Amino acid sequence: MTWTAIDSWIVVTAMLSAVACALPGCFLVLRRMSMMGDAISHAILPGLAIAFLLTHSRDSVTMFVGAAIVGVLTAVFVDAVHRHGHVEESAAMGVVFTSLFALGLILLVRGADHVDLDASCVLYGAMELVPLDVIEVGRWEIPRAVLKMGAMVLFNAAFVLLFFKELTISTFDPGLSDTVGISSKWMSLLLMAVVAVTAVAAFESVGSILVIAMLIVPAATAQLLTERLTPFLWTAVATAVASAWLGHLGAIGLPPLFGFEDTNTAGMMAVACGMVFALAVLWSRRRSQS
Amino acid sequence: MTGFDLSAFGYNSKVVVLGVVALGMACGFIGSFMLLRKRALMADAVSHATLPGIGLAFLVMVHAGGDGKWLPGLLLGALLSGLAGMGAVLILTRMTRIKEDAALGIVLSVFFGLGVAILGVIQKMSRGSAAGLESFIYGKTASMLASDAYLITAVGAVSFLVCGLLFKEFTLLCFDQDFAVSLGLPVLLLDLVLMSLVVVLTVIGLQAVGLILVIALLIIPPASARFWSDNLASMASLSALFGGVAGGVGALLSALAPKWPAGAVIVLANSLLFAASFVFGSQRGQLVRWRSQHRLAKKIARQHLLRAMEEYTEASGSREVPWEFLLAERSWSPRALRAQLQSAESDGLLEASVSADTVCLTPLGEAKADRAVRNHRLWETYLITYADIAPSHVDRDADMVEHLLEPAVIAELEALLAIEDRIRSPHPLESVPS
Repeated sequence: MTWTAIDSWIVVTAMLSAVACALPGCFLVLRRMSMMGDAISHAILPGLAIAFLLTHSRDSVTMFVGAAIVGVLTAVFVDAVHRHGHVEESAAMGVVFTSLFALGLILLVRGADHVDLDASCVLYGAMELVPLDVIEVGRWEIPRAVLKMGAMVLFNAAFVLLFFKELTISTFDPGLSDTVGISSKWMSLLLMAVVAVTAVAAFESVGSILVIAMLIVPAATAQLLTERLTPFLWTAVATAVASAWLGHLGAIGLPPLFGFEDTNTAGMMAVACGMVFALAVLWSRRRSQS
Repeated sequence: MTGFDLSAFGYNSKVVVLGVVALGMACGFIGSFMLLRKRALMADAVSHATLPGIGLAFLVMVHAGGDGKWLPGLLLGALLSGLAGMGAVLILTRMTRIKEDAALGIVLSVFFGLGVAILGVIQKMSRGSAAGLESFIYGKTASMLASDAYLITAVGAVSFLVCGLLFKEFTLLCFDQDFAVSLGLPVLLLDLVLMSLVVVLTVIGLQAVGLILVIALLIIPPASARFWSDNLASMASLSALFGGVAGGVGALLSALAPKWPAGAVIVLANSLLFAASFVFGSQRGQLVRWRSQHRLAKKIARQHLLRAMEEYTEASGSREVPWEFLLAERSWSPRALRAQLQSAESDGLLEASVSADTVCLTPLGEAKADRAVRNHRLWETYLITYADIAPSHVDRDADMVEHLLEPAVIAELEALLAIEDRIRSPHPLESVPS
């Protein structure tokens, strides 16, 4: 096992993506809307496909807009099916996101078959290719993905800081939130839009599996270990960073122990996240017994 | 692609269509129970959790000297890891403070990540060819073999049979778990049987539509059927029908036009059925609900009008009710009031009055108005006597219920309050503009 500059860039990209996802993920988990993260990261596929078909470019801005619109639409559709159709909320989610995902697949296969925007790239990402696509900043060559995910981290951190009060109150007491004039419904839609934008930014480089894992698992880990919101957020961020590093280490270090070559980094990062979570489960159970 | 390749529609394709129809029906039937147990998304976690099992089974079989793609072996691996995923969700929700939604998300993403990592190992292996394993993620209906379809049909039939035999028990499990426990039913075992059926169906469905979309077959048909029926047996049957039809349409299309992604077409066929049910469903569809709400609103407005006129007559002694009084009585706009009056007149409740700005009830209208006023005051008296509501506040509270009173309830109220003659209003009109 050899660690090169390429590995460092991969880990930095993954860490930034993980933190960008973990921040909005914390509020998803606290609002018991974790599966909405799963739903949105599947449902934005048609948004990406339509944005691509309309503009014929993989230009990030169009993709962001397409994804954000479809992300918010997913939340609106789920709400409409739940409220007007009296379908239980999780089932409504299932109906909406599978339909949108199927639509996205058809659009991709029928309309964009010849280009390199394919479905498995959406699932796995192309983390191994991250260090190849660089931008020169002054004297350094920095991968584009690192800059993009760095910006996404700053954006999400700013979102959490600016709306800290609103997010907190609408998460823990939606009724109070509405009475003091902070619409919990609009906060929820805003959060969905942030999740959708984060998902689309992260997926090109790390794939949707890692996006879903990093939205939910670090926040759940922090939920086991902390009691207050601020430490909760920091624990989630720390878990996300640690799992990204451990995951890549595992991807290039573990398989050779059994006589295989290295494996998919995004997958191993999700597994590492699961391991950290499992440790937290064991620790919190021991603590509650003593 | 232009035109369909009909020559490709041979024996194999027919069997495949049969298999997908059977899968759709079985998933629709069993999905109904999952929907009513509020476990719809459990299938999502389970289907993602099958991937590491498929990869591990492949590795084990290659290690044992095979080519690694023996289908029953792969499905067994998928089944075991799907069950492990389901177990993990149950353990997390029961033993930690993790809520169900987060537990589902954790199992889904971590198991799937493990699966992807194992597939990543397999792809770089020198022995065995991994090509084809990824078809489990997106499905490969078009290239399914007849033997695959027979397997699906057989498993579908068995799960139908199990569900049919345990129908009563499953019904109880869905609607009143505590009652089931008190009857001495082995609830945990039943739950496990139901969940195992879901895992098995998910696993055999992987082949047809892939693991991301197989959950649609378990969720969408029951959700559509729910719009048409309030009865579990008919809902489950209808759901099976929907699932079968959508599966048949999707598989036919994919057999004729192999370039269309079959799994996605099947799911979209289901989505269209859902959209149609959402609008036209006979029990919960939007049209039906909209119509009944519209009717109720009309009935309430009519009763408000009649009551206002009757109360005016009672207070002033004049049958000629001025337009200005009615306008002030409720927050009606002049236009809404005019429409109200017109519809009441065409129903024969109002008669043309002497002057242009007053209205007058016909004898039929008076009888109806009498009844509306009486119902209102009955309910008001009841609230004042039994619910301790102040006479000055009782009007609005009574208004929420009085329009829905059934004749039997009215008779009961009369008996309870021992009222036979005319009821005086607890809050009579004090001054009447004339």
